[in-house]
Order: sequence, then C-alpha cells, then structure tokens
Amino acid sequence: MSTPLKIIREKLKITQTELAALMNTTQATISRMEAGQWEPNASQVQAVLEKSNSLGIDLSIDDFVLTNHSTQTTNGSYKDIPGELPFNHRHLLGIQNLSANDIDFILDLSNNYAERNRTADRKLSLLTGKTVINLFFEESTRTRTSFELAGKRLGADVINISVASSSIKKGETVIDTAVTLNAMHADALVVRHPHAGAVQLLSEKVNCSVINAGDGSHEHPTQALLDALTISRRKGSLQGLLVALCGDVAHSRVARSNIYLLQTMGARIRIIAPPTLIPAGVERLGVEVFHDMNAGLADCDIVMMLRLQRERMKGSFVPSVHEYFHFYGLDYEKLKHAKSDALIMHPGPMNRGVEIDSEVADDFDRSVIHEQVEMGVAVRMACLDILTRTKNRNVL
Amino acid sequence: MNPRVAYTNARVIDPATNLDIPASDIGGLLSDGETIAAIGPEIFAEGIPESAVQVDCRGGVLSPGLVDIRADLCEPGAEHKEDLESGSKAAAAGGVTTVVALPNTNPVIDEVSVLEFIARRAREVKLIKVFAHATVTRGGNSDELVEMGLLKKAGAVTFTDGRRTINNAKVLSRALKYAQAYDSIIMQHPEEPELARGGVMQSGELSTRLGLPGIPAEAEIIMLQRDLKLVEMTGGRYHASHISTSASVEAIASAKNSGLNVTCDTSPPYFSLNELAVGDYRTFAKLSPPLRQEEDRKAIIEGLCNGTIDCIASDHVPQDQDSKRLPFEQAEFGAVGLETLLQLTLELRHNGYLNLSNVLSHITYKPADLLGLPVGRLNIGGPADLVVFAPDRPTRIEPSTFSSKSKNSPFDGRLVQGQVLLTVVDGRTVFSSAI
Repeated sequence: MSTPLKIIREKLKITQTELAALMNTTQATISRMEAGQWEPNASQVQAVLEKSNSLGIDLSIDDFVLTNHSTQTTNGSYKDIPGELPFNHRHLLGIQNLSANDIDFILDLSNNYAERNRTADRKLSLLTGKTVINLFFEESTRTRTSFELAGKRLGADVINISVASSSIKKGETVIDTAVTLNAMHADALVVRHPHAGAVQLLSEKVNCSVINAGDGSHEHPTQALLDALTISRRKGSLQGLLVALCGDVAHSRVARSNIYLLQTMGARIRIIAPPTLIPAGVERLGVEVFHDMNAGLADCDIVMMLRLQRERMKGSFVPSVHEYFHFYGLDYEKLKHAKSDALIMHPGPMNRGVEIDSEVADDFDRSVIHEQVEMGVAVRMACLDILTRTKNRNVL
Repeated sequence: MNPRVAYTNARVIDPATNLDIPASDIGGLLSDGETIAAIGPEIFAEGIPESAVQVDCRGGVLSPGLVDIRADLCEPGAEHKEDLESGSKAAAAGGVTTVVALPNTNPVIDEVSVLEFIARRAREVKLIKVFAHATVTRGGNSDELVEMGLLKKAGAVTFTDGRRTINNAKVLSRALKYAQAYDSIIMQHPEEPELARGGVMQSGELSTRLGLPGIPAEAEIIMLQRDLKLVEMTGGRYHASHISTSASVEAIASAKNSGLNVTCDTSPPYFSLNELAVGDYRTFAKLSPPLRQEEDRKAIIEGLCNGTIDCIASDHVPQDQDSKRLPFEQAEFGAVGLETLLQLTLELRHNGYLNLSNVLSHITYKPADLLGLPVGRLNIGGPADLVVFAPDRPTRIEPSTFSSKSKNSPFDGRLVQGQVLLTVVDGRTVFSSAI
C-alpha cells in the first residue's frame, strides 16, 4: 500500500527530484513525506494542485491527507515514532503540551503564509466550505480581527460571536454555549474566556477543533507562536537567545505561553517585574527573576513588554503609574543595558507612557510590534489550516 | 420494639476500651431492642438465646457506628443538593450512625425554631442520629451573637459559622467568653479571609501554571495563631475545623502543650490528596481549605498518628452538577464525603500508619467524646449503634452508586479497601450491603 503523496506522484508520473523542485523542498523531505512521516504544507499542496490541473489530472486536497490506514506499510505505525507525526493534537489549548516538533511544524507553515500574505495572491480556497466561529467571552479587537482575517484568507466562512459578560450572568453556561454551537457543525471554534481552564472545559464538550484565544491567566498559545515567528525570522533561530519578559507576569497568559514556548525551543527567560506582579512559585518554571530592570536587561536579545491592566495600576499591586514607569517602563535609558541589536516586542494594546515610552515603541529599527501583528495573521492561518483541513487525521 | 439480635462471627472492636474480640461462632455482640445487652468472646457458648435473631457477620469487623462531626446536609434551603433523607441514607451507606449537621443552611441554624425543624425532620426520616451545630453569629455572617444558652438547651452541639471564618476578633473573643457559661465549644474555619479572597487553590507552581488565583498556606496559620491568642486571653473552649497545613499541626501541638483547651480535626482529602488532584481543572478537587502540598499531607498524617489532631470528620459538602460543571474559578467549593469516610480513613491502616483500633478511634469515640455525644462506644446498656465492615475487601469508589443526591467526589474511581456490610442504629438495620 502506498502513502497519499506516493500515489499522487505516480499519477503525475514524475520523479522525487522533480516533485521536490515543484514543492520547493528537498528530496529527503519528499522521501519522509512518502513514508508517511510528514505532511506537505498548504503552499506545497497548492503547487501540486496547480500542476495537476494543468495536466488535466483530477486531484483534491483530501488526497494529500495522511490517514492511519495509508501509513501502515511503513515500519510499524507512525505512532511508534515519537514526534514524527506532525501535530497530532485535535485542539490548540496551550503551549504547555506541545513538543518542539509540533512548534516547528506550526512555525514552518506560518512562515509560508507570512511570505504569501506579502504577495498579491494571498486569498486561498483551502478551507472553502469550512466554518470557523470566533466565540469571545471577553472584549478583544485585534485577536478577533486577526483570526477573522486568517479564516477569510483561507476561504473559510467566519462568524463572530461576542458573549458580553452580562449574558453569561443571564444564566447560560459555557457548556451550554459550546453545545449549542457544536450543533451547528462548526469546523473550528476560536474561544477567548476570562477564566482559566474554561476553553479546555468547552473543548471537552464539542467535536470540532478548539483554538484557545486566551483563557484567564492561563495561556494564549497563538500569541506565543506569533512572537516566536517574529523572533525567529529576525534572529534566525530561537536557540540560545536571552529573552526578558517585563511587566505584569502574575496575571499574564501571554507571559506563561511565551515561557513554555521559548524554553521548549532552547531560549533562556528572565522575568522583570515588581514583586507584587510575580506569580507564586515562578522560579520552579526555570526562569530567572529580577526586580531591577537595568540588571535584568543586561545582555538580552529580546525585550518583551507586557501590558499592565488599568485596574492594577492604582492600589495594591502598583502604587502609581508614575512610580511604575520610573522603574519598569521601557525607555532608551534602560534599553541601553540590553544588547545593541535587541528587539522590542509588545503583545498590544500598548499603554504608552506606562510600560513603554512612545519613542521606543515607534523605533523603526528595533521595535517589531507591528511585525508581530502581521505574523499574527500568518500564525492563525497555519493553526486553522492544521486543525481543520486535516481533520480526518487520526489524532490522539 | 426491636427483637434481640445476636451478631456472630465478627471481630468486635471497641477503640474506647481497647476491646478486640476475634471472630468466632461463640462470641460476638447481643443487642436487645435499642441497646447492647452483652459483648464477649464466649457469650454464645451455650448457643444463641431463644427469641434472638442471628446475624452472621462473615468474619467482618463489628465496631461502634461512625460519628461524623461536620457534614452539610443542606436542609433547609438547598434540598436539590441534599436533604435529611438522602444525607441520612448516604451516612448509613458509609457506616455513619451519628452526624452533626453544619448550620450553613438557608435559613441558617441561629434560632431554636430551625434547630427544632431539623430535629423533627430527623425523627420523620428516622434512619441515623442527626445532631446540629448552631451559628455563632446571627445569620452566620454578622457581629451579633446568637442566643447560645437557649440554643444549647435545645440541643445545639457546638457553635460555628461553618465555612465562614469569624474574622472579627472582638466578636470571637466575646463568643469564646460567653460560651463558657454554657460549657460550649466554638468551632472555627481558620482562614484569613482577605488573604484567601478570590483564591481557588493552593498558591504555588501549579496555580501559576494553571493561571488560577492562589490561596497561600499562611492564610490558615495566620488565623489559627490569632485565634489561639484569643483562647489564651479568654480561656474559652476552641476547636479548629479541617486543618490542612503542617504549620497548623505544629501550632495546635504547641497550644496543647501549653495547656490551652484546644482541639482540631481534619478530613480525608487532606491526608489522601495533595494539590495535584486539581490537575486539569478538576472542579471536584476544589475544596475549602484548598488541597495543600505533599509535605502538608504528610504532616497531617503525622498529626493523626501522634494525637495532635483529635479526630476525622467527613466534611461532607454536596454540590450539584450546575455548581461544579463550570470553569474552575466559578465552581463551588466542597466534596461529598459521608460514603467514603470509612474507606479513606482505613487507608491510614493499609498504608501502615495506624492499627485498626486507632484508625477507628478517630471516627468513633474521639469525636463523640470531644462534643460530649453519648455515642461512639460499645457499652452494655448503651445504644446499639453498630457498623459491620470487611476491612480489606478491595473495591472502587463509584460516585454513581452514592445515595447522596450529589456526586461531587474527588475520589471518583479510586481503588480502596474496605466495604460496609451492615449499619445498625438503635438496634434497627438502616443499611445492609447486597453482598
């Protein structure tokens, strides 16, 4: 029995080398794909489809999908080869349970989409007929828009539902909402919720893929992925980088997802914040903790600022904005201590003059804040693609 | 009038008197109506008395029925979670013959009329013996003391605001003083409310990973230390509910050493589980006080072994599905415990910490004596409140089989040893296992 790509190559009557050239990759990768250990990414599939159309051979996207059945001819099942099956998860709930291979797989595909998004030919039809529902229990503009755009670029039907906190109080529970939407046969649910663990709870009640767009102070996986993509495009790799996370780590889901992701990919993490904004037991996560920003920034490759929520600026966490900016706001004076080519990042929306000085935020050479937004769309395209297009993949 | 019953082929254990009679055909226990008529290794040497019914205990252990000094029976007010009938059935199924109900009802037990309502309902249900605590303050949330004397006279066992901490030091000190006139205990849920506010689990690495607001272990010891100073000041009689940290065990031990009139209890989750049970946001493991760290769990076992902790209570808090099937932060606190009290407490024996008689003492005569209840012992002439159980029989905790209306047990699926075969209250069989 043959794997999908081998069948396709036989239909096209071309050699592995020719296919490699067509798919813009190496022959070794083609061999792995034909052994059922790797899947072609979207632009590669697109290239082959275009080729087959020009030859008049009838192929569809589904022909590329690996199934357990089609890989039984390889040595044992692919499940026996740890980490070899690209992304064998049904949902994207957090970074904590992803392997370096999983992350690499998403970032590779994201990079492809990032390049494609810069061309005029960025509207695809890969997810035609699929439905993506953005379910937001918490206000959000940029994340929701980013997911919406990602879905639409891939050709999916995207629906936005904002469940304001008032209607949660009306009595409908998260589970009821999930079951209702499930009955409408969505292919992917993108969920944001103000409480940690709520997205996981919801994912247990539906049979479509669920993407966590932020749950309480728990995780925000696509933000960490887009940060990683931004960094790796600028720095070449994440391995060995020294990354400083500054600000409200205690309440930040972005910080947690970034810590897990960057550590998995071989970066070292420093946390810089006043003691009231450092979560309990954080040193057990393998990070260095600093209360002095100048010392913390020394030799850093990346300076990642975190948003300080308005309600935490006055009172028990931080006495005043004035004092906070003086010690923990990023300005050129403090930035001098980091490496001269250190990148400045912020998940947005920024509080100018609270955690970051306007001049630094707008520094054309060093601030990659707008690039992060750009990469966000690419990463979310990749996530929607991986989780919905290959849904008959035999996932764990 | 109940007939005479001869319980044979049972290993009879009475922790209060260190009685331990091996199982045999000629020894056992004879009850006459509501009371115990005879106990001994050879009382049936000349045969079972005529007119007596024989009950073959099949080599199981016969001990005094269990006494649970803290269970929420939810009636009046939350009958959809539990009522006196379902709670009594759950108790009987767990081998518990005496339950002292918490006053966290709606309305709360702060007046004689509510106490009498509970008593009437217990008489109607007529399964197990139900006593009740009363609140310390009016409404269980104010700074005004209840009519302690009248309530005590009407049968209130102790005074406690249940799962709410009496935070006002003035109110607690007055309560500790005033209660002395009626020889009453003040039972406190020791947790500093401001430090614990908003928290849903033990503060630490796991809460940080899960992104959940934490409650530091210090919240318990801070309140406990303050209370112990108030006890010293007033000479009152104080009992700390469900202590859960190693620091609390130390504090109680040193308070006892310095002669303060202080007691405490714990409940099975605190010596059977640690914070890891929260795992992937399991709301059934959301308890108050929260499940602590492994060192704390070990310290609680140590405290039970050396006698610092006086007894074990089930801490039965029924919650229906709608209160638990929620995101972790929004879910209610608490776990049911009446039906797993014996099995989980027996783990202390199976894990080699205590012998069978000592294990049973924590759930029979010690809690009874602590509150002055006339139960928990095998006395000739005393009430025939008995439990027969197979101490080593392997089984699995299946909440779906619980008699309780609520199934919120963090021990769902746990493999345990020990099974209740027979529960007897005042000579009446209130539960018997099909096996």
